[in-house]
Amino acid sequence: MEKYDIVVIGGGPAGLAAAISAKRSGIDSVLILERDRELGGILNQCIHNGFGLHTFQEELTGPEYAHRFIRQVMELGIEYRLDTMVMDISREKLVMAMNRKDGLFDIQAKAVILAMGCRERARGALNIPGFRPAGIYSAGTAQKLVNVEGCMPGREVVILGSGDIGLIMARRMTLEGARVQAVAELMPYSGGLKRNIVQCLEDYGIPLKLSHTVIDIRGRERLEGVTLAEVDGRGRPVPGTEEFYSCDTLLLSVGLIPENELSGKMGVEMNPVTSGPRVNESLETNIGGVFACGNVLHVHDLVDFVSEEAGAAGRNAAAYVKEYAENSVTGSAKDSVKDGTKASTRDNWKDGTKAGTRDNWKDSVAGSAEDSVTGSVEDSVGDSTKDNRRDGTKAGTSENATGRADHQRGREIRLQPAEGVRYTVPERINVSRMDEKLSVRFRVGNVYKNCYVSTYFDRERVSRRKRQVVAPGEMEEVILTREQLLQYPDLETISIKVEA
Amino acid sequence: MNTKNLTCINCPMGCSLTVEMEGDQVIRVSGNTCKRGEIYARKEVTDPTRIVTSTVKVLHGNAAVIPVKTKEDIPKGKIFDCVKALKKIQVEAPVHIGDVIAADIAGTGVDVIATKNVEQGADI
Amino acid sequence: MIYESSMAYESNMTYDIIIIGAGVSGAAIARALSRYQANICVIEKEEDVCYGTSKANSAIVHAGYDAVPGSLKARLNVRGSRMMGRLAEELDIPFRRNGSLVVCRDKEEFPELQKLYERGVANGVEELRILGREETLAMEPNVTDDVFAALYAPTAGIVCPFELNIALAENACENGVEFRFNEEVKDIVRSGQCYELHTGRGTVRTKYVINAAGVYADVIHNMVSRRKLHITPRRGDYCLLDRAAGSHVGRTIFALPGKLGKGILVTPTIHGNLLIGPTAMEVEDREGTNTTREGLDQVLEKAGLNVKDIPVRQVITSFAGLRAHEDGGDFIIGEPEDAEGFMDCAGIESPGIASCPAIGEMAAQIVRDKMGLREKSDFVSTRKGILKPDALTREERNALIREIPAYGNIVCRCEMITEGEIIDAIRRPLGAKSLDGIKRRTRAGMGRCQGGFCSPRVMEILARECGMNLQDVTKSGGRSQIIMGMNKDML
Repeated sequence: MEKYDIVVIGGGPAGLAAAISAKRSGIDSVLILERDRELGGILNQCIHNGFGLHTFQEELTGPEYAHRFIRQVMELGIEYRLDTMVMDISREKLVMAMNRKDGLFDIQAKAVILAMGCRERARGALNIPGFRPAGIYSAGTAQKLVNVEGCMPGREVVILGSGDIGLIMARRMTLEGARVQAVAELMPYSGGLKRNIVQCLEDYGIPLKLSHTVIDIRGRERLEGVTLAEVDGRGRPVPGTEEFYSCDTLLLSVGLIPENELSGKMGVEMNPVTSGPRVNESLETNIGGVFACGNVLHVHDLVDFVSEEAGAAGRNAAAYVKEYAENSVTGSAKDSVKDGTKASTRDNWKDGTKAGTRDNWKDSVAGSAEDSVTGSVEDSVGDSTKDNRRDGTKAGTSENATGRADHQRGREIRLQPAEGVRYTVPERINVSRMDEKLSVRFRVGNVYKNCYVSTYFDRERVSRRKRQVVAPGEMEEVILTREQLLQYPDLETISIKVEA
Repeated sequence: MNTKNLTCINCPMGCSLTVEMEGDQVIRVSGNTCKRGEIYARKEVTDPTRIVTSTVKVLHGNAAVIPVKTKEDIPKGKIFDCVKALKKIQVEAPVHIGDVIAADIAGTGVDVIATKNVEQGADI
Repeated sequence: MIYESSMAYESNMTYDIIIIGAGVSGAAIARALSRYQANICVIEKEEDVCYGTSKANSAIVHAGYDAVPGSLKARLNVRGSRMMGRLAEELDIPFRRNGSLVVCRDKEEFPELQKLYERGVANGVEELRILGREETLAMEPNVTDDVFAALYAPTAGIVCPFELNIALAENACENGVEFRFNEEVKDIVRSGQCYELHTGRGTVRTKYVINAAGVYADVIHNMVSRRKLHITPRRGDYCLLDRAAGSHVGRTIFALPGKLGKGILVTPTIHGNLLIGPTAMEVEDREGTNTTREGLDQVLEKAGLNVKDIPVRQVITSFAGLRAHEDGGDFIIGEPEDAEGFMDCAGIESPGIASCPAIGEMAAQIVRDKMGLREKSDFVSTRKGILKPDALTREERNALIREIPAYGNIVCRCEMITEGEIIDAIRRPLGAKSLDGIKRRTRAGMGRCQGGFCSPRVMEILARECGMNLQDVTKSGGRSQIIMGMNKDML
């Protein structure tokens, strides 16, 4: 059976960045499994510009942005397999995949990085009544048809949902010769970036109808028209506001859902709000050595943040593999035991959140005893210059000698979304394992103007940032530093709130 | 004097900007809450430009079309001239990122370049 | 045997039997008749089999306690249900007797439940039992806590209506029945010993006509008989939930029947989804398969009366079907007195799926006796379904992929359907010609993303296999093209 240190599931922006970062962190045995015919994932069909402002300080198109990473994958000699579908991943990180050439095959990984991306919500999720003719597409499907296949899904278009893909497609369809009549949005605010509303709709005089939805679909074979209506505060159509639009195409841009079928099957714990895995500061799931990043973890607006997040996942997976290797150094007899205890120890940390801190304590003692060995071997392996997290662990380990760190070693601080905040990624922080700086990303549940984004350490407010507006369509972040957290040895919960 | 209303795109705030103009001259920008808003408004009312991205047909490639963009932004008023000019263009694979697909598109002085690699392949 | 419709006109052939309609009844009759020596043709106005009522229903093999004893519905339901196991084996289609419960929530209504039980016994339904509250909840913990009692029918089952219909038709086709699609019968004229059918494409002659035209069966019947039939399409809206919700109930959960039918049920589907519905709205439009807000709201609300905590957020699609309700309320199978050589198979509403094996058998016997048909020696009763790679062992699967690499290429991620299966669906007898055709045969596009990812891939495969342009690929035949030109065509 084939063995790799790290198997990355998905060769889109997250998978590419994760693999590159893992390789740069000193792990040579990295494999990317990609189900499509080429690397790059969804970026290949996002031919508009606006990518890479953060990462490269220039505005690239999707394929160009992907190419920057693909080139690095090539230069670093990272292995990848295309047209390869991962069918199953076991808790023990046995990856079963399939392609035309090799049939079904297994790969044993030491660490797995989940980077499968997301899919679009379909019409059914909205339960839009009416007929079911041809001419109704999710915006991403239309994007693929237009930008990759070069064909037009229709001529007269109405778009439901003002998610970014919908807005982008309004412009794309217009520039390819279609007439986009309106974009309807159920909510009283847009789900997309402001820039896109201006440059994709206003530039072309396409009306954005907020608090509107499609209430009927006409046409038995091909779409003949849709009826839009205004909705009240509860999302119910307001009688008398119906308006018929004659069109042959309805695009749906009504949300993205992380694709976690594989994760769910292997027993990764999910957050029902994000539909993505619950992760800790290392972007590690409840299964030790299984990491997640990008849109499979939570849906992002900007690919730059996907790359950044995936880079962290790659580094952390590399660190995990090194730890794993070092544990194996002590001999094969112990190895088999190690694998088991190690895994269970790590899992216990996670479970500890539920079980309470008492148990954590015990486990963490066992954990740190092992890890002190780990730490010393690690020094000889070297290559920890780039790896803040390892520094962190070492710091923790050396502190261990002073008797202080046991407490922090296995301790996890819980991150809690509070008023106005829907979720946070990550959800738990183990200070001893965290980088110097940690981005906590979250989304708010509504549009708030002239508000504060506040961070509380237990009851104490430690930061308060004035914001003129926050909106569900734009991901927010709060930066926590390791230094700051070390000053609160008894901290249990960090909450993030939107305050008036 | 006339006024133009814009939405600022620099941040999620989306300030509603009002630009007062005297002929081509911007007299005053209001409604912005930061400096960037003013800069955006001045440029947008005097010389609005955009990067245009589109696709062009490929012959003998492993893809049906190749994505392209204007190398720099072009005047907003030239966008449709640009895509109409691209309608007539077909390129032969292979094509690589940065290759010029159409020079001086629609008289803008800006080249249209490829944004993806398309290699030779069975015609799609 | 499949002919392009234009080919058949070149011969002045007279068919022995023409069946109008390739729904589950027409296909069942075609298959039952295909064991006899006769020249048989099925004429269908749509581009594929299973296009009307047969494609949008509850997919339930009812046990048979609903219909009035002595009715055709009662007889054929019970008989059909008994035949279904063997038929499913012969045709290689999935069928499972998951059992059903009729939930009675009100002590006052208990006599109704008892009546249903007695009816079932009178109809010959086996193993029927009335369960008390505790027993019901022990069997189905998600049935409402308000349950007072339930009628348990272990013999009730679930099928895939597409596969059932398609398999019957394929088997008929392999046994020599001709299928003509995209051909609508506009008029039928008696001509000597024969009938002439005027279709949208010309005239065809036949000695015998079988009317299995679903919601149009009255229209077809009224072309030849003065004793008029009247069918009212009864629309039923449904919601289909993700597989993640598929085990919410194990058995099919019915409400006590009302005036317009069996009410809204909650059932697992044979492929592991959860299906809720249908409503019952009498409509005029025989093509009116549009769902409505009221209908869908009603489905979600009423389903919740008998089953608690239905995860309605997991709805992946909704659809509506039309039941062909005839005024008399029973199935009509037989020759009208004033139209010899013409047989109705009309008013086939629920329990039509359950009854179809028996409908086919009964109709075929009538025609056999009328025409004195003789059995063929080479009738093949079995049909092999589309090969499902996930039913194979790993070794078998790898051997298959080595031989046909397309089986190693997953096209539909949600349902894990390979290119090999899609090619099989296209190339087999009566193969798929459209996205919906492929969806009904393979389930590609049937999953949670509803074809978002796979439809461009499936379109490519269809275009390649059928030698057509991408622009000619349709969702479901007719004018249902997926794309309408190339980029910039309209600039």
